[in-house]
Amino acid sequence: MRIGIDVGGTNTDAVLMDGATVVSSTKTPTTANVSQGIAKAMREVIADTGIDTAAIDGVMIGTTHFTNAVVERKRLTPTACIRLGLPATVCLPPMVDWPHDLRELVGGEAHLAHGGHEFDGREISAYQPDEVREIAARIRDAGLDAIAISSVFSPVNATFEEQTADIVRAAIPDANITLSSEIGRIGLLERENAAIMNSCLRGLAARTVDGFKAALDELQIRAPFYISQNDGTLMNADFAKEYPVLTFASGPTNSMRGAAFLSGLRDAIVVDVGGTTTDIGVLQHGFPRPAALAVDIGGVRTNFRMPDTYSIGLGGGSLVSPHPKSLPHKEGGTSKTKNSPSLRVGEGAGGWGQIKVGPQSVGYELTSKALVFGGDVLTATDIIVAGGAEDIGDASAVSQLDGGLVSAVQERIMEMIAIAVDRMKTSATPVPVIVVGGGSILVTGDIEGASEIIKPDHFPVANAIGAAIAQVGGECDRIFSLAEMSRDDALDQAKAEASERAVNAGANPSSIEIVDVEEVPLAYLPGNATRIMVKAIGDLVGG
Amino acid sequence: MRIIDEAVLEDLALGAAVLGTGGGGDPYIGKLMARQAIRDYGPVQLYTLDELNDDDLVVPTAMMGAPTVMVEKMPNGDDIVNAFLSVGKYIGKPVRATMSIEAGGLNSVVPIYLAARLGVPMVDCDGMGRAFPELQMVTHTIHGISSTPFAMSDERGNTVLMETISNLWTETFARSVTVNMGAMAMIALYAATAAQLREAAIPGTITLAEEIGKVVRRARLEEAEPVETIREAVGGFLIFKGKIGDVERRTEAGFAKGDAHIEGIDDYAGQRLQLSFQNEHLAARIDGEFKVTVPDLLAVLDVDTGEPITTEGLRYGFRVAIIAIPCAEKWRTSKGLELVGPAYFGYETDYVPVEERYG
Repeated sequence: MRIGIDVGGTNTDAVLMDGATVVSSTKTPTTANVSQGIAKAMREVIADTGIDTAAIDGVMIGTTHFTNAVVERKRLTPTACIRLGLPATVCLPPMVDWPHDLRELVGGEAHLAHGGHEFDGREISAYQPDEVREIAARIRDAGLDAIAISSVFSPVNATFEEQTADIVRAAIPDANITLSSEIGRIGLLERENAAIMNSCLRGLAARTVDGFKAALDELQIRAPFYISQNDGTLMNADFAKEYPVLTFASGPTNSMRGAAFLSGLRDAIVVDVGGTTTDIGVLQHGFPRPAALAVDIGGVRTNFRMPDTYSIGLGGGSLVSPHPKSLPHKEGGTSKTKNSPSLRVGEGAGGWGQIKVGPQSVGYELTSKALVFGGDVLTATDIIVAGGAEDIGDASAVSQLDGGLVSAVQERIMEMIAIAVDRMKTSATPVPVIVVGGGSILVTGDIEGASEIIKPDHFPVANAIGAAIAQVGGECDRIFSLAEMSRDDALDQAKAEASERAVNAGANPSSIEIVDVEEVPLAYLPGNATRIMVKAIGDLVGG
Repeated sequence: MRIIDEAVLEDLALGAAVLGTGGGGDPYIGKLMARQAIRDYGPVQLYTLDELNDDDLVVPTAMMGAPTVMVEKMPNGDDIVNAFLSVGKYIGKPVRATMSIEAGGLNSVVPIYLAARLGVPMVDCDGMGRAFPELQMVTHTIHGISSTPFAMSDERGNTVLMETISNLWTETFARSVTVNMGAMAMIALYAATAAQLREAAIPGTITLAEEIGKVVRRARLEEAEPVETIREAVGGFLIFKGKIGDVERRTEAGFAKGDAHIEGIDDYAGQRLQLSFQNEHLAARIDGEFKVTVPDLLAVLDVDTGEPITTEGLRYGFRVAIIAIPCAEKWRTSKGLELVGPAYFGYETDYVPVEERYG
């Protein structure tokens, strides 16, 4: 059996799964000390079923903790950056596009050195080891041990970054070094930003991962645990300590993977309705479609392969505001609505005018501020209860809402979702739509352009399920000389290496699939060199 | 004379994306360069053409090359200075100012970097009033101003200076040197006196870009009818609102060409617009009939946010508003239309100014 956990900004969700069956699930508030919330959630799903902790084979955790650290400017380690590329790139030094406060926090120590490559593999300038030694000594003298290294066109040729890491390690033996080529693609500033953030986060990552381990120990769970990555695969605890930035987009990825699992569909649109926003993404062959453009984290541009999601300000807590002049006066109705001053604005007659739902939301205060929970704010949830689709809280608090208004708002909600869904589609062909998330009750009708609408069981905890069912991956990314072997042989060899790494990471050999193959010919290198990148994934053994 | 500081630069880059008519390159890297130079060396003086003396020499500066390389191997900064100074040295006269060759996209802001670094003024004008894909497509060409002496510089300190018999030859040689320099070069070209530019350039376009940017920014903050406010600011005409359906793309002779088919919504329901592009948005046909073509501008905006949508950004399902903007009068002459009219881009229709159809 496995436990899947999703640590969000508001809630920590946990599920206990036996194979493909959800045995138990829970939602608890996220705690300041993330490990405590995790321990509480795990305790609940275990107590709920009374299983022996020895029966747990693995614990999978998806967390936004590291993303939040950057957004909130907390717990970041000062980091130096060395960029190889002189004489190019001087006019835009490292961290030039960072918000001032974040750059101050990180220390803003940036060094430029010779090296780097052209797009075709030629060197921009000769690498100078002495120059790098001097920089390493200055970083050591400044008392820093977190270092990010970038080099122009390092996704094509990373040798200068690797040589620099060796020199830095000789000067600072315990250095925490991130190479930009290990985590990013073409786009120097964005890739370098990601490398710097990674080194900034490693201290926090070590403490957090150790905290997770302690939470497991406390409950006497001896099973290995994993952290989910942007691409929906798992990394083991040691790897997560090394590459915390790779968790940045795991939230939306887990919810989409969970939706795929719960619905049994591999190609569909996923609508994840939360308290404040609705995120729409696209599943292709069971995985989220990646975004093509730069993604901003805490004001810093990165170029991670993030899922391509489109967010709208619509959720269970969204404020509903009918146009003040157009909300019809209901005979004797307004006098009784002492719980709902937002209804008193309604005067005059006529049509419904402009109905607005969101983007403002009561968010996590839904359970105290919505009308059905005794509050005084008209929210989207109140409308759904008034419409009779759900029975949540005190339905009598919304019984006097005008039926015309209720259906007009419901129509508006469905229209907002339909437009957003349409925006994410690649063609006019109708596709299935899977609805998940705590705010799924908002979906009460048909969605134009959807072939069917699926609200699977356990939809509120789809993201924890996505974590629980995550697979492990292995990659091969190296340069092959096609003068010495055929292209097919090279591809086979790359696939075999990637598969072997997936098995080493814990994958069941019979479940392995090759999910991505990319070839980049490097025209100016001798021997018809081609960079081949292959990604293999498979199910965890014993899941 | 006005001052370009950081705040002005932000608005200018936003407005340049609208005037880029879907192309012209992402202003992001250019904006960062200009911002850093303003921080390091102080703000830039922006002169009108009337504030210059007749024989003041103006040398435009720009970046040329592959967009994927620009985001990886950024310039040194000395390179653009070398290109600019080389042209002055070759001519043998002091250079008074620099200017943008195109008001749309990346190269609207690149000269601000040079102006801040050298403390030379920038002139409030450009050679396109928008963005176009080829080097000879500037109003300078209409008025017989040569693109040469043409200087190209790389980050190593190399400068290639050329004299050619036509602006088309300059384009040919420049392409191969750019590849040798690593698929990107900083360039200086089309040197002219203020007196010549009063005839040949399009005045006030930097201020126009800034005004448009200001409107977009305010509309975003206030969430108020951004499309209508932009239309008003640019003096354009709303010609269509619709949902993007099919987008066909093809690469021909190194250019990204294609057509987007847009289904009408709201007042335009039942109509169909075909948007043709080559790096920039070039022509719009409604129900098969040409309505707007080059050299008039086509801005494709997100219907809700007013965000300009580039040719690469055209995707199924986007809801867009299309605004047509009258081009500079210079493009409407027979020489202008020969350079950038519908026939040059292969559209079999006569050019009809947008205000004759929509005014």
